[in-house]
Amino acid sequence: MSDFEPKIITFCCNYCSYVAADTAGTRKEHYPANVELLRLPCSGKVDILYILEAFNKGVDGVLVTGCRKEQCHFMEGNYKAEAKVMFLKDILDEIGFGGNRLHVQFMSAGEPDEFVRAVTDMTARIKELGPNPVENKK
Amino acid sequence: MGDKVGVFICHCGGNISKYINMEELTKYALTLENVPVAENYIFMCSEAGQDLIKDKIAEYNLDRVVVASCSPKFHEPTFRRTLQETGLNPYYLAMANIREHCSFPHSDEPDKALQKAKDLVRGAVARAKTLEPIEKKKQIMNKDVLVVGAGIAGIQASLDLADAGFKVYLVEKDASIGGNMPKVLKTFPTDDCAMCTVSPKMNEVAAHKNIEILSYAELRECNGSMGNFEVVVEKKARLVDERKCVGCGDCMAKCPSKTADDYNQIGQRKAIYIPFPNALPKVATIDTSVCLQITKGKCGVCKKICPADAVDYEQKSQMVKLNVGAIIVATGYKEYDPSIKGNYGYGRYPNIITQMQLARMMDPNGPTEGKIIRPSDNKEPKRIVMVQCMGSRDDKPTGRKYCSRVCCMIALKHANLLKRDCIKDSQIDICYMDIRAFGKGYEEYYQRVQDLGVRLTRGRPGEIIGTDDGSNNLIVRVEDTFTKEFKEIESEMVVLSCATDPSDGTKEVAKVLGIATDDGGFIKEFHPKLRPVDTSVEGIFVAGAAQGPKDIPDAVAQASGAAARTMALLSSDIAEISLDKALVNKEECKGCDICEKTCPFDAITMVDLPEGRKAVVSEALCHGCGMCAANCPTGAMQLRHYKDNQVLAEVGALIGSH
Repeated sequence: MSDFEPKIITFCCNYCSYVAADTAGTRKEHYPANVELLRLPCSGKVDILYILEAFNKGVDGVLVTGCRKEQCHFMEGNYKAEAKVMFLKDILDEIGFGGNRLHVQFMSAGEPDEFVRAVTDMTARIKELGPNPVENKK
Repeated sequence: MGDKVGVFICHCGGNISKYINMEELTKYALTLENVPVAENYIFMCSEAGQDLIKDKIAEYNLDRVVVASCSPKFHEPTFRRTLQETGLNPYYLAMANIREHCSFPHSDEPDKALQKAKDLVRGAVARAKTLEPIEKKKQIMNKDVLVVGAGIAGIQASLDLADAGFKVYLVEKDASIGGNMPKVLKTFPTDDCAMCTVSPKMNEVAAHKNIEILSYAELRECNGSMGNFEVVVEKKARLVDERKCVGCGDCMAKCPSKTADDYNQIGQRKAIYIPFPNALPKVATIDTSVCLQITKGKCGVCKKICPADAVDYEQKSQMVKLNVGAIIVATGYKEYDPSIKGNYGYGRYPNIITQMQLARMMDPNGPTEGKIIRPSDNKEPKRIVMVQCMGSRDDKPTGRKYCSRVCCMIALKHANLLKRDCIKDSQIDICYMDIRAFGKGYEEYYQRVQDLGVRLTRGRPGEIIGTDDGSNNLIVRVEDTFTKEFKEIESEMVVLSCATDPSDGTKEVAKVLGIATDDGGFIKEFHPKLRPVDTSVEGIFVAGAAQGPKDIPDAVAQASGAAARTMALLSSDIAEISLDKALVNKEECKGCDICEKTCPFDAITMVDLPEGRKAVVSEALCHGCGMCAANCPTGAMQLRHYKDNQVLAEVGALIGSH
């Protein structure tokens, strides 16, 4: 399993984690290259459909990142994102896929270290879990 | 759907090309479906780079464009303009962030960086094909401005705007305008009288034909968007008629009820009060929490004695609706409460005070009439220790991580005033971590204070304890980090140079306006370097210490900056607003109202139409977060530019086969 390079998709909020990732890059902080970032206006825009589609397409882990509590640009998008992720984790556990392939992490725009830590930890977690078990990935 | 996507890859002068093979990436882009042309260039954002994009759009008749370069946070507006200049809709652009998210963090792994850059370009191309045009709506700009907070920053911004011909509503939550500046007595580095500087400005604001002051008032609601905000301000009940009160102060003299003086922060004031002699408006206000007539139903002395018949116990607060085009937040700061830190003894030992309390003591019109006295015995202290960084530069949960910027100079100013005017034979010690005398003329001031014989010890005191001889003296325990020597400095009074916190109410104002705050609770600027007075919401600006600790010159300069930004916004009668907002597909909408409940900005209403109950989005109120779309069970609600098919196309392509 040591050669396994998991593919991870990270949904980023335009106002916090995307900026934190930009700053991490500017500071030349290294993190695993298998982490792909997708920009959304708010973590509250993350649709359960997007996460399921990503797993269906074969991604090994999904990380949803949003602003710290009380810091959402749109007041409560991060709470909504968290609620969705928690709900979906339960379902993924129930169907035997494993809710721990999905994770939510909060950070502010000024916390590039938090971003690096989040994606590095996520990669380590998914490496332990192994590849996405979905067969006939579309 | 776009079927001719041009891919333009930027070297960023080596920032990208040094780590990612440009030719390989370009070749790869050409293998993607519907990509007839891919080019790479040293600086795509340069004029020549933009011309290259324009030429290729014309040559290949491109209908969508992908730029793979730095973060869209930098050049998305640049390349949107490029598209617009060729006649393409600016929203036909998708960007692949191959610098911050690829060449920089993966500079140690060129092969993986190239692979990831391919993924990002593939994702952007897939997204580009799905992009739809987004039009702009014309917005008629209301020319009036709301300024929240009437300290020196709010006053300066109001005057600049009013002088330029804009109508300003200046809202202040306290009984008088002026903020903190009237309290500080003297200002560094010139030792000018603060009141003499700010008082003419206060009078000018009050007299200006374009400024309407709403004092003792708080912002309660804000709807709408840039150019057309609808705000509700609560004018709290003073229980005194502002039009009748002449500010004679007879009521204050006779009022039997006292409470802690929140203006002077030492001593007491009456339940009916005018906070300071130069207060503006100079009218009395009744503190309902301690007024005997209000709390117990018996007293009525002020009403009986008032020569103008201004006291009105029945007065009710009023909700005032205002329409404005822009808002400036200047809610200021307050001193950190040092009693949180038990080891410094504030609140436990009577002779430990804050710098603001010391400033109030020095004021001839203040609570001690200019005499410096120890609270325990009213005696003049001869040995005074000042403790810097009280709560600042402190990563403990009770502290503030940031430097509060002004406290070094405040301590030096007070040491100077004490030695030169108040107690000439005093011994002043300052315990500091670093002296930050950063402003114009500040370093020179620091030198002068050292020449006066003020002793400086470099070290953060660990503890302040009382002596046990009944003298109420104090011992400051500190390690001098230069000599590595442990010192116990005995003093008759200790002055704490407290951190700067956002003022009470900053958080509420930020919440009402929907603007972001930073970790310290200050208003977050849109960009720390290039848009330092803009907030996260267009049309709302920030000035003064509400944005972060700063001294008076910086607060005034920033206020003029915010006023200038406001004028630039409101100088045109009509502005264009992009409609990258939520949109309902009426046929699919089942009228369930989940979106209405989800929207944090009340931008969605349910309307009964002939074809049934449907959601309707107000484009003026929609902030474009997309929460409604993410929660819509039928997919009828979509956020333009982030529609489900657009996001899913990118998701699929990012993951897709290598």
